[in-house]
Amino acid sequence: MRSPLGRALELGSAKDGVKQWWVERVTAVALVPLTVWFAASIVVHTGNDYATLIAWLRTPIATILMVLLLIALFYHTALGLQVVIEDYIHSGMKIPALLGMRVGCFALAAAGILAMLRIAFRS
Amino acid sequence: MTSSAPKRTRPLSPNIQIYRPQLTSVLSIANRISGVVLSLYAVALVVWLIAAAAGPQTYSTVHSFIRSWVGQILLFGCTYSFFLHFCGGIRHLVWDAGYGFELRTIYASGWTVVVTSAALTLITWIASVGLAK
Repeated sequence: MRSPLGRALELGSAKDGVKQWWVERVTAVALVPLTVWFAASIVVHTGNDYATLIAWLRTPIATILMVLLLIALFYHTALGLQVVIEDYIHSGMKIPALLGMRVGCFALAAAGILAMLRIAFRS
Repeated sequence: MTSSAPKRTRPLSPNIQIYRPQLTSVLSIANRISGVVLSLYAVALVVWLIAAAAGPQTYSTVHSFIRSWVGQILLFGCTYSFFLHFCGGIRHLVWDAGYGFELRTIYASGWTVVVTSAALTLITWIASVGLAK
């Protein structure tokens, strides 16, 4: 994805510089209802025991929304941290830091989704 | 053009320490800092989910930490960071859509972020404590 202005002025790498900016916004918009739902649910479950919490997480709606939340959250986190790393790290550590951050975000998203599915499908 | 004339010292933009903090600049960096802080809480969210998947014993260990005063302070920090980034993020989305660039509007939306994020944090905790009883 490229911006029309960038294409007209022949700026940029001719690849997909705008995509990152755009996906950060798309995930931000997705996270608005998802995080509000999660925060409200956690507030409602204050003081509830383990069994009640698991019963809630096992409902199809909660399972689906949790998986979507984890995907949007870690995608947004990766894009946000990438900008922070690129702004402040100028040494040779920049590329390793970016790669490590990406691996971390992918791993955490995978671990979170797997944990959620284990809760949902455990008999 | 190959003469080794001393490099002219070009004017630099003032260093960040020289600027008087303004609402706009403080909220700008606050949005970034809260984003970085929230990525740490995202790790905690996954730990919490893994503990819930592992079973009641593991979960109760994590849960008793959350219930401790250190855990409660961290959870309060999480709530405030979240609502600050949430409100600040919506302000950014409005800008991205091309609205709200008048100086007066920028300050109005900025103070709205300050007040709303604090209010939502308090409302969330009051609701949570009220429901726990």
